[in-house]
Amino acid sequence: MQTTGLLKAGGLLYSRDLRLAFRRWEQVTQPVVFFLMVTTLFPLALSPEQAQLRQVAAGVVWVAALLSALLALEFMFRSDYEDGTLEQLVLSGQPLWWLALVKAFAHWTVSGLPLVVTSPLVAASLAVPTGAMMTVVASLLLGTGILSFLGAVGAGLTLGVRRGSVLLSLLVLPLTMPALIFGARAVDMAIMGDEPAGPLYLLGALFILSLTLGPFATSAALKVSME
Amino acid sequence: MWKWFHMLASPPHFYRIAGLTIPWFGWPALVLILVGLYGGLVLAPADYQQGDGFRIFYVHVPSAIMSMMVYGIMATAAAIGLIWRMKLAHAVAAASAPVGAWFTFCALATGSLWGKPMWGTWWEWDARLTSELILLFLYLGYIALRSSIEDPQRADRASAVLALVGVINLPIIHYSVVWWNSLHQGSTMFNPGAMSIEMKWPALSMLFGFMLYYGAVLFVRLRAEVIRRERNAAWLRQELAL
Repeated sequence: MQTTGLLKAGGLLYSRDLRLAFRRWEQVTQPVVFFLMVTTLFPLALSPEQAQLRQVAAGVVWVAALLSALLALEFMFRSDYEDGTLEQLVLSGQPLWWLALVKAFAHWTVSGLPLVVTSPLVAASLAVPTGAMMTVVASLLLGTGILSFLGAVGAGLTLGVRRGSVLLSLLVLPLTMPALIFGARAVDMAIMGDEPAGPLYLLGALFILSLTLGPFATSAALKVSME
Repeated sequence: MWKWFHMLASPPHFYRIAGLTIPWFGWPALVLILVGLYGGLVLAPADYQQGDGFRIFYVHVPSAIMSMMVYGIMATAAAIGLIWRMKLAHAVAAASAPVGAWFTFCALATGSLWGKPMWGTWWEWDARLTSELILLFLYLGYIALRSSIEDPQRADRASAVLALVGVINLPIIHYSVVWWNSLHQGSTMFNPGAMSIEMKWPALSMLFGFMLYYGAVLFVRLRAEVIRRERNAAWLRQELAL
């Protein structure tokens, strides 16, 4: 029996997830702090010279963002799995792919979006010119989205698995490498003063692919883990 | 047809049929690989640009083709296992993964050895090398996920989902040659006229030899898997006592 509409159910789940996330504030702030700290390491390790930093900036921003988002990925379903909420969601009669999509989107709002918002700051500290900031933000907007929707599959598969977090990165990182290639390429082209549209469009295509197919794979993964 | 299908899926029948099939795969594989090696290393003329160095091609290209083909078979078997809940299909996927990982490793290692004299570098971050490396990571992730879940049915289904998600990587590998310009030469294997027939037939012989080898290893591994899963069944005790 389905009495609640899709949008209503999605809205309820989304606001619930956000409320829970903001009550555990450190879960939201930790990936951002990690992002800032990792990018601080690079000037210390390489060189404080602006020209040299600019050369590696695209890669550093992207890798740091990817790792920070990966850090948060583990908690996408974990607490719901442990307290039985996930079981109720599976049994709720709502299509599980839709709930998976909403949960991934909520997770992106609290873990991906803060990275996107702080990325201009990080990019500026790595001597990225102002003209390339829009590309940094746009590419990370798509990239963190890809990681949330693809990573949801991995998070669903590794529920209740020993050493789940290492396994999770082993599963998810290879899948996100194409996104990393196009995203870092786009930022790099923007820093060089080229038109970054080409790799950005490819990144957009990857985003659409993970948005449309990811939730179905996630729901299959959650069903396997709930058996 | 369906009756035959169900018979094949029943462990005792499958165990016997697989046992009979292994020599039919194994021996032709050995012959084809030996013939292909002789043809490739001795009979084929040296390349006009690369000299004798190109001969590693006869191991490199079949391995690379197999690395992708095995992943395709693995994902197909995983899909069949997920949709029709066929245990044998899951076993095929599980047995294919280590073989595929080794083919991928061979393709990478021979490519690296080939790259040193030809490009002057062991490793070049170009599209095909990189995506082959990603393929290896996908295989390793699959194997790691499977080995960290204890319940065999859950392991089957979870790794099947992963294999299907990973299969989107296969077209990316294939089209990466088109997407990025790179040092890596284009595919010559299926381009008519790019290779003379004396150079080509040993490669085809090696490729078919590798395929049959994969078939033989697959059946050996499947038999081992059947024994592991059915270790308490009465038919197995009879079968092994013979």
